[in-house]
Amino acid sequence: MSATLLRIDDLHVSFSTRRGMVEAVRGVTLTVGAGEMLGLVGESGSGKSVTGFATTRLLDAAGRVTAGKILFRGQDVTKLRGDDLRQLQGAAMSMIFQNPRAALNPIRAIGLQIADAILTHKRISKDAARAEALELLRAVQIRDPETRMNAYPHELSGGMCQRVMIAIAISCNPALLIADEPTTGLDVTTQKVVMDLLADIAAARGMATILITHDLGLAARYCRRIAVMERGRIVEEASPKALFGGPRHAYTRRLVAASPTAVSRIEDLVTEEEREGYAAIISKPRQELAAGTPPLLEVRKLAKRFDQGAAAVADFSMTMAGGESVGLVGESGSGKSTTSRMICRLIDPSEGDIVFDGQSIGHVAARDFHRSPFRKDIQMVFQDPNESLNPRFTAFDCIAHPLMRLDGLRGGDELRQRVNECAERVGLPLDLLPRFPHQLSGGQKARVGIARAIACRPRLLVLDEPTAALDVSVQAVVLQLLDRLRRENDIALLFVSHDLNVVRMLCDRTIVLRNGGIVEQGESRALFDNPKTDYTRKLVEAIPHFEAGPALAAAL
Amino acid sequence: MSAASDIRKRKELLELMTGLGATMVRAGRRLLSSLPALFGVLVFTFLLMRVLPGDPAVFFASGPNAGKEEIEQIRKQMGLNKSVPEQLVFYLSDIGHGNLGRSMMTGQPVLKDLRERLPASLELTFTALLIALVAAVPLGVLAALRPGSLVDHGVRMFCALGVCVPTFVSGLLLIYVFYYLLGFAPDPTGRIDVFTSLPPQRTGFLSIDFLLAGDIDGWWAACKQLILPAVSMALFVIAPLARITRASMLVSLGSDFVRTARSVGLSWRKVVVTYALRNAILPVITIAGIVFSTMLGANVLVEKVFSWPGVASYALDALLSSDYAPVQGFVLLMASVFVLVNLIVDICYGIADPRVSIE
Repeated sequence: MSATLLRIDDLHVSFSTRRGMVEAVRGVTLTVGAGEMLGLVGESGSGKSVTGFATTRLLDAAGRVTAGKILFRGQDVTKLRGDDLRQLQGAAMSMIFQNPRAALNPIRAIGLQIADAILTHKRISKDAARAEALELLRAVQIRDPETRMNAYPHELSGGMCQRVMIAIAISCNPALLIADEPTTGLDVTTQKVVMDLLADIAAARGMATILITHDLGLAARYCRRIAVMERGRIVEEASPKALFGGPRHAYTRRLVAASPTAVSRIEDLVTEEEREGYAAIISKPRQELAAGTPPLLEVRKLAKRFDQGAAAVADFSMTMAGGESVGLVGESGSGKSTTSRMICRLIDPSEGDIVFDGQSIGHVAARDFHRSPFRKDIQMVFQDPNESLNPRFTAFDCIAHPLMRLDGLRGGDELRQRVNECAERVGLPLDLLPRFPHQLSGGQKARVGIARAIACRPRLLVLDEPTAALDVSVQAVVLQLLDRLRRENDIALLFVSHDLNVVRMLCDRTIVLRNGGIVEQGESRALFDNPKTDYTRKLVEAIPHFEAGPALAAAL
Repeated sequence: MSAASDIRKRKELLELMTGLGATMVRAGRRLLSSLPALFGVLVFTFLLMRVLPGDPAVFFASGPNAGKEEIEQIRKQMGLNKSVPEQLVFYLSDIGHGNLGRSMMTGQPVLKDLRERLPASLELTFTALLIALVAAVPLGVLAALRPGSLVDHGVRMFCALGVCVPTFVSGLLLIYVFYYLLGFAPDPTGRIDVFTSLPPQRTGFLSIDFLLAGDIDGWWAACKQLILPAVSMALFVIAPLARITRASMLVSLGSDFVRTARSVGLSWRKVVVTYALRNAILPVITIAGIVFSTMLGANVLVEKVFSWPGVASYALDALLSSDYAPVQGFVLLMASVFVLVNLIVDICYGIADPRVSIE
């Protein structure tokens, strides 16, 4: 092993909050060798980002290192002040952040932002810095770099912004690069391109990298060594192979199980001890629909144009039977959310028709659809559980609201009973019902969102990336819940997602969208195992999972 | 200078020019689209003045003993004997010819009166706004850099005081301290003391006209007259400007891009000024525009206290004596200034923030 570059020794970090001191990191010990790529994996709140911020000295004002040392080239980073610190930041270690667009100054041309970083550490002229910035844009493979130098972040895509961020981070050839969730929120294909680029640059320049991520598959693909964090501690540290092959710690076992792989099934997502109750449900055979049953939903040549721009969705047709689950996948901008919103009748299609249960609903204006008798049959679960709940409604109000509006319940015992029943069906403890959204965890909020959607016993549930903002272990539980609801109540699911692993598990059929048109569709497993179009193949190949997955899964 | 960078510079200049051209076209369109609003203001003020109690003919008759015939004659002379719609048509056609009517008080055309007085008001308001911004932005930034500190509380208290004390009180206090007690300031009567010879009028802004004429003593005298009323007006608007600066600076300092700037070790100055403040200043521009328009109309108290010959005190006097034309002219002027200021604010905003373009 090469020389140790960074040694974190029994690090403790606390945050002062309204409820007193909260310890976010409690005794992390880590080493990173020069040129090594280390994965730091954990779920939200595990303290992985805080460890990264403590190392680069970017903690919020409320955060403080209370104990321990961070030795970078033998020098304790936590004790640096003023100019010594600034010489370290950017020049010796730098950081890449989640949400690249927000991480760049919105009103400064990106060329200037890169030049700013260069000029901080090198005594060169402005023109020379500009020339170096241009070289960096070339190095991160931005097309037409001369023009892009004058572009502002809002004129670039998320993936491009992240490349610019990488260019800024590597501008002064640091020895250590900390990448905090660098590809969360990017499309799988963009994720692959950005990660490949990052790995290549790190290898070419001999930079050590700490990849902080919640995605075990991603870490496994790019790192030789992975440290797993849980509640401020490192619980296990091993090579990806050892980690997937024989996770020793209980938490790692759960995490490995919950990470979807190319072959996992929904029931695989929890460890064996937790599996029992679920097995009984899925063993029940689904009742076959009688031949000749009309489809629940039929979409004919749907199209949507915004203003005078090109069509966001064009010529989209599909059918769904009752109780069927269909996945709608594609990269951002492929029109999947627009399509789902048209089917939900939240926006009006420009052309085409939607037939639900034999009746055309495509021509009812979205504004008036809330009065349609079909409103309660088609319900939606939104992407962000934080944003899609009214912060002034308690969980009870959230679930009761559609019941009052659409089922005409007027409070009293019946309403309370129906709400309780919904909460029970989604596994939400009843004592959480009086709480407000900010008092609930991400998974609990997701359950409230689902409970609200199923409150009026819909026949079609449209889910727009319902698990994108959730940790894998929570995602596993939510997916099982959705699958159970479908089997028990015969709810048809239209599942919009960019996460192909999830779609593969949950959906019978999958439709692949690109630029507003259908590229490919078919039975999920066949489509993923044997994609017919190049585009689908590219999508499937971009999913990071551990290469030796199948053999290991079999061994489990 | 190398040829390549020369070409680059030229290209950038060209881009800038076409950008400016497009902005001008959009600005013109905006001005056109605000014409209906201006027309509405015209008609509304006209009707309002007719509804208000008070008969101008009685007011401007030779005396309390004026006979019915005399009043009736004045009424006819002023056109008040016609029906209201007819009067409105005459009024609008006059405005169309650029005639705002004649003031009964001063006996001069309203346009001339306003043209004489507007520069005085503008000079005062601009100076006050400048003082307010120069004080408020640093105060807001200081408060945001150390939230909850002594500085922050100090700024908050200063702002509260500025808002609580009405401008005429702070004006009188300033006069008492700086004129009566300390004797630093000249006597608070108008824009310039009577013995100074006025410079040839070019811009109407005395401080600029004196400079253009090369009269430094006169310039200093004009500035001394200006400073007290400007400060008492500024005190009143420092609060909103400082508070909005503080709030948006806090957001800016907590943003991801400031963290990025810190992560690459940019100097403190660069982080605070180039990254945080330039983003934080955007809402301040909007508020400054609103504050300016409000001050221009509402500074009548300051104008009265300091005998400042501005448009606001002129309009108040006219209103008190039921002199229709000046009040209507004043309201039209204010509405136009408001439209113009908003347009300028939007153009500034468009230059400062590449994400927006004015529509």
